[in-house]
Amino acid sequence: MVFKKAQTLFDKLWAAHRIADGGDGADLIAIDRVCLHERTGAVALRSLRDAGHDVQNPKRVFAIMDHIVSFRENRGPDESRSPGGGVFITQTRKLALEAGVNFIDTNDLRQGIVHVIAPELGIAIPGVSLICPDSHTCSLGALGALAWGVGSSESEHAMATGCLRVTKPKQMRVTVNGALGEGVSAKDLALYIIHKFGAKGGQRCAIEYCGSAISELTIEERLTLCNMAVEFSAFTALIAPDEKTISFVLGKPYAPNADEIADTREDWRSLFTDEDAIFDYEIEVNAADVQPIVSWGTSPEQALPIGDAIPIGADQKVLDYMGLSGGQRVEGLEISGAFIGSCTNGRLSDLRSAAAFLQGRKVADGVRAVCVPGSQSVRRQAEEEGLDAIFREAGFEWGAPGCAMCFFAGGQTFAPGERVVSSTNRNFEGRQGPGVRTHLASPATVAASAVKGAISRADKINVGVDE
Amino acid sequence: MRQTFTRFSGVAAPLMIDNVDTDQIIPSREMKTTSRNGLAEGLFAGWRYVSEGNRIPDKEFILNREGYREAKILVSGENFGCGSSREHAVWALEEYGIRAIIAQSFGEIFYNNCTRNGVLPIRLHSSEIAGIVASSSPQLVTIDLPMQKVLVNDREYHFEIGAYAKRLLLEGLDPISMTKKELPVIRTFQEADKLKRPWLYR
Ligand code: SF4
Repeated sequence: MVFKKAQTLFDKLWAAHRIADGGDGADLIAIDRVCLHERTGAVALRSLRDAGHDVQNPKRVFAIMDHIVSFRENRGPDESRSPGGGVFITQTRKLALEAGVNFIDTNDLRQGIVHVIAPELGIAIPGVSLICPDSHTCSLGALGALAWGVGSSESEHAMATGCLRVTKPKQMRVTVNGALGEGVSAKDLALYIIHKFGAKGGQRCAIEYCGSAISELTIEERLTLCNMAVEFSAFTALIAPDEKTISFVLGKPYAPNADEIADTREDWRSLFTDEDAIFDYEIEVNAADVQPIVSWGTSPEQALPIGDAIPIGADQKVLDYMGLSGGQRVEGLEISGAFIGSCTNGRLSDLRSAAAFLQGRKVADGVRAVCVPGSQSVRRQAEEEGLDAIFREAGFEWGAPGCAMCFFAGGQTFAPGERVVSSTNRNFEGRQGPGVRTHLASPATVAASAVKGAISRADKINVGVDE
Repeated sequence: MRQTFTRFSGVAAPLMIDNVDTDQIIPSREMKTTSRNGLAEGLFAGWRYVSEGNRIPDKEFILNREGYREAKILVSGENFGCGSSREHAVWALEEYGIRAIIAQSFGEIFYNNCTRNGVLPIRLHSSEIAGIVASSSPQLVTIDLPMQKVLVNDREYHFEIGAYAKRLLLEGLDPISMTKKELPVIRTFQEADKLKRPWLYR
């Protein structure tokens, strides 16, 4: 019998894609699929062409419009939310069509945020290696894909050569056992982990999430959890594919077809961490400890259970930016903005959880509330279920799919100093606009806060609806 | 193909500040085009010009001072190139004509962006850096990449660089051309893979 070293899921994915030694401690890793978006896609395609490099296999490249397209409901195809941004859209379109890559235009039925549509279309599936010049590509590890965010040049390298030169990162296992409480979401779990172990806690590792709580999560919830891994300083995140993953993937346009699925299923079944495999780091979380969380500062680690007080002695610069002081409670802080959407929480289940709360309620006076579905497919399904009507009747704006208010691109946003509760993933200074004070939270918390006009928990709200 | 590196000399401009981040190297408002070119004008725009609009050079800024305008080498402190991963920072430096940056330490992503865009990042100790920028007049500094040495007047300082990065810079290769030398093994891998996962290739 041949002794085979116990491997982690990440080891298996790495080995399956390792082409050769890359020198200086790096490996040449085969990249199965590359996603581009209009913010950097044109630059990448143009500089490839200028350097005389062809896209090696255009069928494996997907160019998508999401980052700076307008989120106005009836937007035109070139309409940008960023001043002068139209050229990025038209150039990306032109260069993508010339290069012959798969192209998903602004108002295509398949359009949406890259990390939302990659699972929807079967671009991200178990065992596939995938890169995109966007740091939240780690979301796709939720399906057992080896996926991570890269710089623009690396996306060029992958397109021209079919591989990347990468140093294998260290590995961490995050085991989450137990059950999440009622009203506690995957977003709360993600924020809890970052809050508890720090924004650097992921140590540049490939992280595998496992444990009973992770098995219980839906695919959409897993995507939310893995999305936030980069805010935890992870290289990427992974969840071993299970039956849920496989049934999610079946029948998707870019996944293997019905004839091929039998073999593929066998491969996918081998994608798990062997029992005796060793990780560089291990951390454990008890799901029952997680409560609805909101961030108060300018790093996702500066977060706390909604009822708690900001630590005394917290960084003064951060407090000044956020207009807060140590010892203050975040619950009850007046807000003037609420945003639901993004690759973190712009999927159907996110919209449903917010709508469940909003039904029959109204957004408080003085709050601008915006909901932007993560993709056209999410938008269509939400509209079929009548969720858009609930959002609109509550006083939310209903936008066209894209990154929208997740990051400031120079165009319309909230005003400096405004306090915003947002279902996004970054609360850095200026992320949603100069001086804008972002509080990260789950879609349910955002909905509850929008109704109350102040940060509040969805399960504790107490506003005047037929009480 | 880029310029190759062997031994070259140029004026070294001291920018003795720690934590020069990529937003200072090129402010995001200067990244206006969908091209890698045309960025040199925006290099250090916040410091280089009296005001953004008029583009009148600020005489105080080192690259505007007599004798430093044609500098080929930048000397700085700790953590040069920290902050956002924007590669535009290196593209702007390269287009301006900066061939090497000497600093105590670099932002990790920036360091790698340098080596793959034909700019040589050199880590030296603060005492060695002090020796290089000791003079108040423009200094001619020679850099010998094959020997991994910085030469100033009669002193020389050794620096470390990885073999892969060194080869990229020495041969003036970009990483894509370098990896393309491996195309035969990549193709072999893909041929075998195509049999296993045909759906990936259609
Ligand atoms: S929604 Fe936000 S975090 Fe996600 S890809 Fe778009 S900009 Fe990035």
